[in-house]
Amino acid sequence: MAVKTYEAGVKEYRETYWMPDYTPKDTDILACFKITPQPGVPREEAAAAVAAESSTGTWTTVWTDLLTDLDHYKGRAYAIEDVPGDDERFYAFVAYPLDLFEEGSVVNVFTSLVGNVFGFKAVRALRLEDVRFPLAYITTCNGPPHGIQVERDKMDKYGRPLLGCTIKPKLGLSAKNYGRAVYECLRGGLDFTKDDENVNSQPFMRWRQRFEFVMEAIHKAEQETGERKGHYLNVTAPTPDEMFKRAEFAKELGAPIIMHDYITGGWCANTGLAQWCRDNGILLHIHRAMHAVIDRHPHHGIHFRVLAKLLRLSGGDHLHTGTVVGKLEGDRQATLGWIDLLREKYIKEDRSRGIFFDQDWGHMPGVFAVASGGIHVWHMPALVTIFGDDAVLQFGGGTLGHPWGNAAGAAANRVALEACVKARNEGRELEKEGKEILTAAAKHSPELKMAMETWKEIKFEFDTVDKLDVAHK
Amino acid sequence: MSEMQDYQSSLSDPGSRKFETFSYLPAMEKDEIRKQLQYIVQQGWNPAIEHTEPEHAFDHYWYMWKLPMFGETDVERILGEAEACHKAHPTHHVRIVGYDNYRQTKGLEFVVFRGKPV
Repeated sequence: MAVKTYEAGVKEYRETYWMPDYTPKDTDILACFKITPQPGVPREEAAAAVAAESSTGTWTTVWTDLLTDLDHYKGRAYAIEDVPGDDERFYAFVAYPLDLFEEGSVVNVFTSLVGNVFGFKAVRALRLEDVRFPLAYITTCNGPPHGIQVERDKMDKYGRPLLGCTIKPKLGLSAKNYGRAVYECLRGGLDFTKDDENVNSQPFMRWRQRFEFVMEAIHKAEQETGERKGHYLNVTAPTPDEMFKRAEFAKELGAPIIMHDYITGGWCANTGLAQWCRDNGILLHIHRAMHAVIDRHPHHGIHFRVLAKLLRLSGGDHLHTGTVVGKLEGDRQATLGWIDLLREKYIKEDRSRGIFFDQDWGHMPGVFAVASGGIHVWHMPALVTIFGDDAVLQFGGGTLGHPWGNAAGAAANRVALEACVKARNEGRELEKEGKEILTAAAKHSPELKMAMETWKEIKFEFDTVDKLDVAHK
Repeated sequence: MSEMQDYQSSLSDPGSRKFETFSYLPAMEKDEIRKQLQYIVQQGWNPAIEHTEPEHAFDHYWYMWKLPMFGETDVERILGEAEACHKAHPTHHVRIVGYDNYRQTKGLEFVVFRGKPV
């Protein structure tokens, strides 16, 4: 091996980090960045700079570089591609060696991949579009505490999506009134209700009373309907100790499922909680507050498909994914891509869904996709078509806003859901025949008929901000 | 707007008891059951029949009616077994299961004969 000598100064990044002949190894972590370079910076130099700053590089050569084998540890920019329909930006593909990262730590991986490099002056904007996690890394992560199959077995729900509802108003209810709203939803036919993410332990409703009243609501609704029920008790808290204290109490009360906000709560807390849930047999629902700050801008930040993969590694049994049809942002093809990334064992590269790499999850369990936000019975045919069975469809206003109350709203949604699943199984095309299917079902359900009359005019037809990159010339 | 309607459901009314998938729809006619069986067969799932006393419907384990019909694709034979189970246990709930052995789960499970709930 040639001996290297120390030469102080600043080198061009591409001399070290641009390696177009490199063939990525099966064990490398691969990343695809969308780079908006500063004017005048060549693509190779910008790509190499991103590879350097997200791995071993710093702005100048240091003598201690020579005490290690940097050629092994460095990130390698190995390919550049045009962004369809965009002359200014390009995709850069970077490979990182496996041992650059701590095992089982999404915290560590993302501290490198989306760390200082995102504030780096040599790029005007930077977006992490996708990450390929090698199986060798996946096997070091705990992943979902239970996964889709185990949850179905525990909750005894088969052959259909599950139904949920976020309790509203999201702030201000007393614990006892809140439990009432939960009870009404569950007795009407929902499988789950959910704490709003904003509900932690405020003065108007401390967590302990909420947990107690909600559990009474669950027990009574189970006895009344003969079906298994749950409520996502939000244990997101100011400190990890407090979070685990709340989780322990939920377990003591026999709660089947708890909830965490994985971005505001943090990935360290989330990974720890997921491990606790595995150890204690409690399902874990994951909300994604703050995601849109990170993933909505098409030129800067982290794409949601990456945040979804991150969660599957960190651990969660449910993850909010957007609805496509409701009030919140989400392109249909891109959404189909990331719900596959959450649920399937092996996902092929598919640029039409924004998926840049083959992803093999090995034995790691799948995560239920949660569709929530501005959806109501009229959306049911589309939701069942888009999401299939392994999803939780959550109707907040679409349950609680029913003119006859929560139980009637819940029953309307349950009837609509079952009618759509039955029709789908019969080979009917839900999105074409949705109106006839729902109208026929409403003949046996005055609650559904009322819901259909109430919400027939409500649509959310705004264009998506974060679209997939496609040529438009 | 029609007049507000009370939601009829209570602990004391056995009619309030449900039994998961499709139990919020009217009981299926034979032809409707056949279509669901056809779906199970098309998915490559293994059909099975289970039954229980209505008072034990909440349990995870119901009684198996014989063994799952591995590889059975004849809808009439599957329906025939469900009917035979119902005839032998006329007061029980009888459900059809589609076992998905690749994904290690039940792809579908629904009650086809509803006993008298308690």
